[in-house]
Amino acid sequence: MEYKISNRLRIGAIILMILGALGVGYGFIDSHKSFEDIETMLSEETHHGEVSEVATVEEAHGASHAEGDHSGGDHVDEHKKHVEHVLHQVHNRPWSALYVAGFFFFMIALGVLAFYAIQHAAQAGWSPVLFRVMEGITSYVLPGGIIVLLIAFFADSHVFIWLTDGITTEGHEKYDALVAGKSGWLNKPGFFIRGIIFLAGWSAYQYFSRKFSLAQDNADINDNSNFKKNFRISAGFLVFFIYTESVMSWDWIMSVDPHWFSTLFGWYVLSGMLVCGITVIAMVTIYLKSKGLLEHVNDSHIHDLGKFMFGFSIFWTYLWFSQFMLIWYSNIPEEVTYFITRIEDYNLPFFGMVALNFIFPLLLLMNSDFKRVNWFVIMTGIVILGGHYLDIFNMIMPATVGDRWFIGIPEISSILFFAGLFIFLVFTSLGKYPLLAKGNPFVKESENFHY
Amino acid sequence: MEASKVIHAIYTDDDVLMSAVKTVKAEKHHIEEVYTPFPVHGLDKAMGLAPTRLAITAFIYGCIGLSVAFAMMNFIMIKDWPQDIGGKPSFSYLENMPAFVPIMFELTVFFAAHLMVITFYLRSRMWPFKDAENPDPRTTDDHFLMEIAVHNNEESLTNLLKSTGAVEINIIDKDEDAH
Repeated sequence: MEYKISNRLRIGAIILMILGALGVGYGFIDSHKSFEDIETMLSEETHHGEVSEVATVEEAHGASHAEGDHSGGDHVDEHKKHVEHVLHQVHNRPWSALYVAGFFFFMIALGVLAFYAIQHAAQAGWSPVLFRVMEGITSYVLPGGIIVLLIAFFADSHVFIWLTDGITTEGHEKYDALVAGKSGWLNKPGFFIRGIIFLAGWSAYQYFSRKFSLAQDNADINDNSNFKKNFRISAGFLVFFIYTESVMSWDWIMSVDPHWFSTLFGWYVLSGMLVCGITVIAMVTIYLKSKGLLEHVNDSHIHDLGKFMFGFSIFWTYLWFSQFMLIWYSNIPEEVTYFITRIEDYNLPFFGMVALNFIFPLLLLMNSDFKRVNWFVIMTGIVILGGHYLDIFNMIMPATVGDRWFIGIPEISSILFFAGLFIFLVFTSLGKYPLLAKGNPFVKESENFHY
Repeated sequence: MEASKVIHAIYTDDDVLMSAVKTVKAEKHHIEEVYTPFPVHGLDKAMGLAPTRLAITAFIYGCIGLSVAFAMMNFIMIKDWPQDIGGKPSFSYLENMPAFVPIMFELTVFFAAHLMVITFYLRSRMWPFKDAENPDPRTTDDHFLMEIAVHNNEESLTNLLKSTGAVEINIIDKDEDAH
């Protein structure tokens, strides 16, 4: 079946992008505050009954304060430091909002790519009717990845504190021995060289697997050479992917907190990635099916995707909890601060996302019959995507804006912008080729798949 | 009193059995029982059996297990003797909950799994010293047997079953005391 992106969808996507871009621009203008602006803002906040503000300031910055030195000069210095700290957080906010949304949509496409490779390598019999949908979504990997790297490049120290000038120079006022010790890995050229290698590898696989999949459509009935090539590169890609995905999660996410590290972080990011990817496959499939374009997709395919959404949601929770509980239990100061900031300043998003990513899918998708009800899968999918946006939000924001967070215009506009871009690119790409991978040797089985 | 009679139709192939079941259902005869050596996919649907509710019981048992875990640890660790063990905050259940989650999880699974299995045994009347209810030993090896009650329609039923490809048709006086 041929599909062409409808005008309504295209215009809708463009409107989202324009609205988002305007909001992002507003976010940058709004955050452009001077030292004095922040000073007045803080004093107003203190007068508005936040008596504790002064106390926490001195608690936070006054390690030397406690020594009993209450000279006037010291106090002014403390005050200046605090205002500068808040100023940075306010400046960081639009950058972080853009980075979170950009990474979130990129991660969906990358999750789909990994899932797609697994389907090839496992020679799954149920999924070939969905291959074109997956190929369409993965076409966002290259543009989305380039945008994430560009944001990282321009955001610089606004997102990655280890890029602050002088942080590795001994004797500099910003000198940080821990970051300096890690600078063999955490340095700007290294970060971008690695990023480009990852992106090149992923998009090369994306390009070739789609090429072979299309070539298989037009090949002779007895000629499975393209299918075999796809099988081989998928297996190879999965090996490459599991290494690069881990390293990517250290670079692109964990390094926003350069003092903190966690060994299962790569898996944790991967599980979120996969569950989002599968959710989006299900949602796009249901959308196209509702247009009558995927005649071979039946309720059993949706049921299978629903099972994957359910299973990977629980896998995500397992990893989230394993990371949290291990650190909570041993309570070693150098690593527990990560969760202390999140629980104190991000209480609702931090625990709210567990409800959205675990309890909702658990209860909504447990029943076998519900997984076949399309609107039920869409509804759960929206909850899961919202929950995983919050997950990325909770990974980045505490490190960049601290307690100055809010889900306001910069955040929502960034989501709108990337949602528009994602829809535009994915559906344009879906319209380029027939929606059934008819040359795949398993497609007959997939068409007749029932559970 | 008329002795209750049943007819046993024996098949040697699951595909033939499936089509026979469909034919017999279409003729509106009531199938008492089908004996097979292995699960035949779709047989329950063809016979029109109601879907199992075992999964629902498992969910309820899991909820019970979770409640037991909660009640047990809340009483022992928080209410009865809230001792300071290695600095763990035992002031309220919520504060110390991460430490209890592994047990909560395991007890949920334990209750759900075991009670569901026991429910299965009870519902299917299976226990160690039970006499086997097997009308023909070959049905555990390579034969399939369909049992239909006879209500003065021996002739027509036999013909119908023969036409469905039965390799053997026996009419049995069902002795209720036999099992």
